[in-house]
Parts: sequence; structure tokens; C-alpha cells
Amino acid sequence: MRKNRTKLIVLAIIAIISILLFCLYNIQGGFSYAFPKRVERVLAMIITGTAIAYATVTFQTVTHNRLLTPSMMGVDSMYEVVQTVIFFFAGSASIFVVSRYLNFGLSIAAMVLFALILYRFLFRADKHPIFLLLLAGMIIGTLLGSLVTFLQVIIDPVEYESLQSRLFASFMNVKTELLLIAIVILVASFIYGYRLLRDLDVMSLGRENAINLGVNYDKIVLKVLILSSVLIATSTALVGPITFLGLIVSNLAYQFFATYKHSVLIVGASLISIIALVGGQFLVLHVFQLSTTISVIINFIGGLYFIYLILKESRKAG
Amino acid sequence: MIEIKGLSKSFGKKPVVENVSLTIQPKAITSFIGPNGAGKSTLLSMVSRLLDSDTGEVFLDQSDVKKMKSNEFAKRVAILRQSNHLNVRLTVRELVAFGRYPYSKGRLTPEDEEHIDRAIEYMTLGDMEQKFLDELSGGQKQRAFISMVIAQDTEYILLDEPLNNLDMKHSVQIMKILRKLVDELGKTVVIVLHDINFASVYSDRIVALKDGRLVKDGPTNDIINSEALREVYDMHIPVQEQDGCRICVYFNSHS
Ligand SMILES: Nc1ncnc2c1ncn2[C@@H]1O[C@H](COP(=O)(O)OP(=O)(O)OP(=O)(O)O)[C@@H](O)[C@H]1O
Ligand SMILES: [Mg+2]
Repeated sequence: MRKNRTKLIVLAIIAIISILLFCLYNIQGGFSYAFPKRVERVLAMIITGTAIAYATVTFQTVTHNRLLTPSMMGVDSMYEVVQTVIFFFAGSASIFVVSRYLNFGLSIAAMVLFALILYRFLFRADKHPIFLLLLAGMIIGTLLGSLVTFLQVIIDPVEYESLQSRLFASFMNVKTELLLIAIVILVASFIYGYRLLRDLDVMSLGRENAINLGVNYDKIVLKVLILSSVLIATSTALVGPITFLGLIVSNLAYQFFATYKHSVLIVGASLISIIALVGGQFLVLHVFQLSTTISVIINFIGGLYFIYLILKESRKAG
Repeated sequence: MIEIKGLSKSFGKKPVVENVSLTIQPKAITSFIGPNGAGKSTLLSMVSRLLDSDTGEVFLDQSDVKKMKSNEFAKRVAILRQSNHLNVRLTVRELVAFGRYPYSKGRLTPEDEEHIDRAIEYMTLGDMEQKFLDELSGGQKQRAFISMVIAQDTEYILLDEPLNNLDMKHSVQIMKILRKLVDELGKTVVIVLHDINFASVYSDRIVALKDGRLVKDGPTNDIINSEALREVYDMHIPVQEQDGCRICVYFNSHS
């Protein structure tokens, strides 16, 4: 108990230091210009990091696996599909593109719908082996990717140009116009999700035990699946897909805190996430002086970590 | 009172429970017996809402259990399943504390703590309450789970083969505790047993299932005799009287 509190405090301090360093270190070219830019960027990282951590931990509890994340099942590729389809059929001048909020709402709705269909199909009462789920995720991801490529090849070149600028989001190119709505969604999700936390603690004992203890199981699974899709959608719209971040931070949190308490796990995973993004980006920019973004590095490390987790799991099973 | 009316369940095309109707007597121990695959666990899962039935209903004091609120149901009926595996690392006490969830929603009151203490004491787990479950033996773990169900303090306690993994001493201890819960606290216990001698010695009533059908339902003495048991198990089971108890001596019997 007390140990975990200390750990959380230490992580929070590291996160704050990372944020301060990122915002203030070696600031050039006029404080009043550079500082707000950096704050925007850091805000996007905090939102993304928290959203992904929250979505992944809750998703993994209701699906009873620690190796799959919503991103890995192709939920965030759906964002590209929606945007491409809109540009293709309605065009960049249409209300679906011009109105930021409508566009955002449509993307989220489509991603949630896609996720629900996917999960209904994949995570029914009868358990599928994990490799089958992974395979399905990969195939769906590839399928969506091909669809996007196909539409982009035959789309009008001018439309393509503006579609590209829409899709090309990253930590260097944050969609700042979406920051406010992202914050609203994140805060709303947290308030809504707060009441679910203790039920999630019980759900980590498994479906049967949870039902025995009076948890309205199916309803909470549905709520969590919707919530996690909304959060992943938000983060994807803001800074583009970061496939492996959720996997890394959730598993680090499980290992580091070794508890069933979601309040601790989620806060812990969020802090780890913020440190990885903000601290990582700081190191990349100022220490290693690379011009790449942290997403690339996280996906690289995350891929390796994933292989390690799979090997560990198969050794346990074998 | 639990009334089961015409429950059926198939997995794929295979009927697993077929049109089972019975009434569980309140304030008594009812043992479910029957061969492997007879449908005992499936029936118990449907009664406790873990599994939806294809047809039929279950009534708890006249109300349809499917229509009851999850949390209200959990305060009245507790089930322990045949096998329990956890993905999370918990201490014995943390597990038992989960038994109070329907009441406290995770914020334990002093009264909850009392229930937890008592349940741990019942299962004589006091000296290992701070141990992690994965550090325990199979039988100790089983006792921790039974402890959780006792902490849940429900009128109805459904136990699917709770004597799994237990040595003789602890088996007897648990059956005696169940007897006490029924006789002193007026609880109703339904228990799946493979050791028919435990069923014979400790239960008030016995329900026998075979191939998904109800084949026997009656007071213990009506079922524990060679003819009735042959119908259930297709095997000759001699029954002897010992200190006023009927004991089945089937160890080298021929069918
Ligand atoms: N989820 C399932 N999917 C398919 N078949 C199932 C499922 N659960 C149980 N069965 C089948 O239903 C039948 C009854 O199973 P059940 O577990 O109820 O038997 P049981 O009487 O509890 O047996 P045991 O004494 O071995 O515990 C078995 O033939 C089993 O194969
Ligand atoms: Mg069984």
C-alpha cells in the first residue's frame, strides 16, 4: 500500500521534471513565441499519454489479456479510413471536413462502432487463443491499410494533398485546434470512468467471480469498450497512431505496482506514459539531437518489448 | 426458497441439461451428485446466473433471478466454482475481503472487517492471511476461496466440488462448518460432491443428475442405497451402516 504511494509520488516528480525541462530547456527565439508552442506540445503529450494508458489498462482488464491493446487491434487505423473515405466521397470542401467538430465526432463514432463490432466478434464468451486474436488484428489492420492506399491512389491529387496534411499528425505537428475538445473528452471520460474503477478491480478476478460479487459484467464490458475506443480515437486524431505505447506502459505498471487496484494502475500507467513521451521527446531532441519523433522510438522499443512478453507468456504456458 | 423450473441448456447441438425442475429446500444441505459430465456444474451456473439457460426459469423466493439486480442477487446467493484461477496477485485477506464487495463496494467498514476476520477464522487461515495465493498449496487456496464465499454472508451458498484438493481433515472440517452454517445461522447450502459418503453423512437431501437429466431428488436416505445408486452410476455400490451413518463401500466393486 504505502510502497505504491511512494512509487506514485516518485513517478509524479519525474513527470513534472520532464515537463519543466521540455518546456523551459534552452528556449530560443523569443520566449513569448517558443514557450506557448512547447506548452501546446506538452499538453498534447499529457493528454495522449493519459488517454492511451487509461484506455489500455481498462481494455485489458475487461478482455482478460495483457498482450493486446485497442491500437493493436486496428482501432486507430480506422481513423485514417474514416478521413480518407470522407475526403474521397465528400471532398475537402464539404461540411464533414470544414467543420472540425463534426469531423471529429464522425471519426470517433466510426471508431467506436468498428471497435464494438470487432470485439463482439472476437471476444465472445468462448475464448479464442491469443495468437488468433493477434492474427485477426493484423489482417484487419492490413486490410484497412490497403483500403486507404487504394482510395488515396485514385483520389483527386488536390484532395490528396489536403488529406495528407490532415492525416499527418505527430508530436512535432500537433493538431492544436483539437486540443480543447480532447481535454474535454478526457476529463469527461475520467469523471464517467471513476465509478467503474472498483468494479474493474473485481473484474480482474475473472468473469464468474465478478458476477458472483454482484458486478453487472456485460454492461461494464460494453462501457469500457466504448470508453477506451473514444480515448484512443481522441489521441489518434490529436497526434496520430502510437501503436505500442499502451502495451509498454500497462505492462510496466502491472509489474511495477503488482496490485489489482485500478486507481493505482491507471494513475501509474498514465505517469509512466507521460514520462515516456515527454521525457523521451526531450532526450531525443536535446540529448541525442535527433530529428525523429518519440513515436518512432516508442514503436521500436514497444515492438521489442512485445516480443519479450510473448516469449515470456509462451514459456509460462509451455 | 429456490425453485428451478424446466431448465435446459445445450452447447452446440449437445443437450447438457434437459428440462430439470426441482425445489431447493431452505435451511438444509442439498448435495448434487452424478457422474462426470452429468451437467451438475452447468445447472449450478444457471441457477447462479453465471450462464444463461436456453429455456426454463429459476425463482428465488418467487422472483425470477434473471430480473433481479446484480448487486441484490449477490447479497443473497453466492457461488464458488469448481476451479478458480486468478490472473492477479492477491493475499488471502484481500481475496476474502472481496466477499464483502456487494455490501461495501470496496470501502470496507468495521463490520466488513469483522465478517472477514470470522470467515478467515472459520477456515483456519489466520496464520496465512497475509500470504499471496500463489504461495499456497492447492487445498489452502481452495479454503481461501471458500472463506471468500462465507464472508459474502448470503442466505444461499452454492459450492461446486469445494472438497477438491482437500485432505480428509479439512474436508471434514469444511462439511462441519457448512452444517453449522445451516443449523445455527439458517443458511441454505447446495454442494456438488463426488465423494458420496460425504453426501450421505452430511446432507439433508440429495439430487442426482445423469446425462443432463434429474434422476433422483429426495431425502438422503432415499438415495443412499444400492438400487438408487445403481441408477445414477451404473455400478454396484454396497452400502453399510456404521455408527448410524450409511457408508458406501464401492472401492473394489464390479459393475
Ligand atoms: N462451455 C462449454 N462448451 C461446450 N460444452 C460444455 C461446456 N461446459 C460444459 N460442457 C459439456 O457439458 C457437459 C456437462 O458439463 P458439466 O461441467 O456441467 O458436468 P459436471 O456434472 O459438472 O461434471 P464434473 O463432475 O466432471 O464436474 C459435459 O459433457 C461438458 O463437456
Ligand atoms: Mg462440474
